[in-house]
Amino acid sequence: MEHNILEIDHLHVVFPSSKGETSPVNDVSLRVPAGKTVGIVGESGCGKSMTARAVMGLIHAPGRITEGEIRLCGRDLRKLSEKEYCSLRGSEVSMIFQEPMTSLNPVMKAGHQVEEVLRLHTDIPESELKQRVIDIFRAVGITEPEKRYNCYPHELSGGLRQRVIIAMAMICRPRLMIADEPTTALDVTVQAQILRLMKDLVSDDTGLLVISHDLGVIAKLCDYVYVMYAGRIVEESDIFTLFDDPQHPYTKGLMDAVGSLRRDAEVLSTIPGVVPSLAHLPAGCSFCLRCENGSDRCEKELPGLIQTGPGHKVRCHLMKEAGQ
Amino acid sequence: MFQGKHSDSRIQKIPDAEQDIRLLSQLGEEQTLGKKLGRMAKENPLAVISAAVILVLILGAVFAPVLTPYSYTGMDLRNRLAAPSAAHLFGTDEGGRDILTRLLYGSRISLLTGVVPALLSLVLGTALGILSGFAGGKTDSLIMRLADIMLAIPSMLLAMVIMYTLGGGLGNVFLTLTLVNWAGVARIIRSETLKLKNTEYVEAARVIGVSKSRIMLRHILPNCVPTMIVLFTLNIPSSILTESSLSFLGLGVQAPDASWGLMINAGRQYLYTAPWLCFVPGIAIMVTVLAFNFLGDGLRDVLDPHQNRE
Amino acid sequence: MIRNICRRLGESVIVLLGVALMIFVMLRIVPGNPVATMMGEHADLAVIERMTAELGLDQPVYIQFIRYITGALKGDFGTSYSLGKPVSFLMGTAFGNTLKLALFAALFAWALGIACGISAAARKNGLADHLFMGVSLMGVSMPIFMVAMLLQYVFAYHLHWLPISGINDWRGFLLPAVALGWNSAGSISRLVRSTLLDILQEDYIDTARGKGRTQAGVLIFHAFRNALLPVITMMALQFSSLLSGAVITETVFSINGIGRLAVQAIAGRDIPLLEGTALFTTLVVILGNLAADCLYDILDPRIRKEV
Repeated sequence: MEHNILEIDHLHVVFPSSKGETSPVNDVSLRVPAGKTVGIVGESGCGKSMTARAVMGLIHAPGRITEGEIRLCGRDLRKLSEKEYCSLRGSEVSMIFQEPMTSLNPVMKAGHQVEEVLRLHTDIPESELKQRVIDIFRAVGITEPEKRYNCYPHELSGGLRQRVIIAMAMICRPRLMIADEPTTALDVTVQAQILRLMKDLVSDDTGLLVISHDLGVIAKLCDYVYVMYAGRIVEESDIFTLFDDPQHPYTKGLMDAVGSLRRDAEVLSTIPGVVPSLAHLPAGCSFCLRCENGSDRCEKELPGLIQTGPGHKVRCHLMKEAGQ
Repeated sequence: MFQGKHSDSRIQKIPDAEQDIRLLSQLGEEQTLGKKLGRMAKENPLAVISAAVILVLILGAVFAPVLTPYSYTGMDLRNRLAAPSAAHLFGTDEGGRDILTRLLYGSRISLLTGVVPALLSLVLGTALGILSGFAGGKTDSLIMRLADIMLAIPSMLLAMVIMYTLGGGLGNVFLTLTLVNWAGVARIIRSETLKLKNTEYVEAARVIGVSKSRIMLRHILPNCVPTMIVLFTLNIPSSILTESSLSFLGLGVQAPDASWGLMINAGRQYLYTAPWLCFVPGIAIMVTVLAFNFLGDGLRDVLDPHQNRE
Repeated sequence: MIRNICRRLGESVIVLLGVALMIFVMLRIVPGNPVATMMGEHADLAVIERMTAELGLDQPVYIQFIRYITGALKGDFGTSYSLGKPVSFLMGTAFGNTLKLALFAALFAWALGIACGISAAARKNGLADHLFMGVSLMGVSMPIFMVAMLLQYVFAYHLHWLPISGINDWRGFLLPAVALGWNSAGSISRLVRSTLLDILQEDYIDTARGKGRTQAGVLIFHAFRNALLPVITMMALQFSSLLSGAVITETVFSINGIGRLAVQAIAGRDIPLLEGTALFTTLVVILGNLAADCLYDILDPRIRKEV
């Protein structure tokens, strides 16, 4: 059996508000196997970032995890004390945040910000810290690392900043790295470079969880994909199956939207309607209001995840179990 | 998103474009003033309580003669420095006068020294601020240097110098506090004007040839109103505090006018024998200032959040 | 950065000259001859005229002003009418006391304000938050003489812990410094809190949490360092109001400082003394602002490297 770096089971995240509770993450289960890159794809607000935050233990108040288990290399993260969690963050699990322009502290030198991770988690002597940072800078492709070490974030370009953030995330060699929209804020040319860099991040005993709304990014990086919609996983599959044979109507819509761009089609293919407000989800399938084939049953009864092929699961009443 | 749509329709409709621009300028404000105040009332009970306290103070000042059986000047020497009792709720002063009565009459002066200079400095500061921000160039630097000079002098010393020049008395207190406060108003309104000057709707108004004075009056001034309300509310307590300090030093309001600061000035020598002489008007000042501050904070929260950081 | 500082220095000199001119003119337009006021109703007219000429008060105002400024540049602010001594000498003795008082007060205000601000922001809407913010709003709303008299009444008169007035030793400074710093502590804690709460929403705070910083570590090492910039500007502004408040505090606690000198000057209709104290205090405020500007530049790398 292959060994999993991250296992999430039936995760629920709830935000209480004046108009009742909303659940940005609703019964999400996923696996990140060792040596693999796993993606979560979905529109903004579908709960993919929240899932990542849940793993990091960084959900902003008043949100909280109400149910479910998150295991990192077998350790249940929800049972950790805040202190234990702090020693885990940055060393065992780290996150690459989505806004390189604002994710670095403006009044600290870039080098010092990366150094801080080493200070917090290792006993590396003071004299070696700087060299370690410069080494990692070189490894993530920062030119003139000695000079950049002393730069403030505002003196670096977006691509360089993202490299600094990646350096920060990988310097302690964490078992799991989470990249939340790692390239969204970057220029297209820089995007390609960063994606190339990220492909090399995964080694045999680590895992990478990539979160993106961009199927292109997912296609380039991931081995396995989860499609999220309105807080739920609607489809999961390995990357090739998903692109060759998308099953869920929502996934199909996503593919068409990308495809129509690629083909320079006259009519932009979009998914009709808007993402339902999380406060007013239908009792049944959350996509049924936008689905062309939605039926009464879809509206009233929540479909389960149905196995349609090896490693391919879809949450839709229209699917038939494989082998039936 | 909204603005984009409307700027399109505007281009096709030049004749009453100015009307449109004005509508557009109000679009940024999703809610009317009344709705915002309603929101404040719901979310910020302290502001509502403060408004109620202020209302009570004003009523007390207006109906002072009805509310108390005592005269505010009449001496009663057998009753000097009497401690608070049922007959004299807050005790009596060195002349045997009822302190509650003096407090009610004193609130007339103290509230006036809060409101009148705040209003005058608002008018002066807004006019100069808009002019400075809109005209730019030499006018701007002249006005702003003048404001710099006023703001550089510690306010108490500035007030003392002006009071020395003008002499004591209520009218001169008004004038002094106005001269002390206008510069701060002018600076904030100027920066607001600079912001507004670069917005699409003012530029659009300029493009279609609306005159400068009209732009200032019809487009910039109305958009400064929320800021002005906040500045006005927050200048009242600062004026009351400065006046009370001046009167405390004997430089402000002169007898027989009685402000709370002057009462404390007179009561100071009895601090250890009859502390209520000082502390009752002191608490009155504090409650009033606190109420205006709470109200001002509440208004600022709903009217212009970007000012929070200043 | 050096160029920036030079520019500000130049601006400050202009503002200072403007202040001098304004105070000078304002005090000269007071009706009546100050010499006659000083010497009383029964003074000999010839003597008054001689004195007026001696003091140069018969010259046109602009010549008087130029004389005054050239004198002031050499440290000569004229002679006090009421005390008969050079104004610079009087201010020299008084300034030490005012400076000590203001520094003690500033120290108290900064320490208390920053501590309360941080602990309030650490748990928004918590008990400490409501308590500190309520108290600080009360601090901002209390007239300074009330705080001073209250402290005097409770700690000196009732409890006999500290001297009622005078500054014979450091204990004498305690009550005046607290009275003077009380207002500033209120404003500083409110600013620290609101700035920190804004900063805690920033993305780099998440980054720091992601590194494994604890809540407290994030607050102190990342958020506070960034909050320091607006707080420093505020502190400089507070310095001006501290000197304003010193007028009251020194009067209540009978401290021989610049503020009390100014009050005495008004009581004695002593124009040179009032002029000198107002100008000198303004100079101190301007220097304080200049220092704060420089500190800001040093602390904010975004400005530092631009020049």
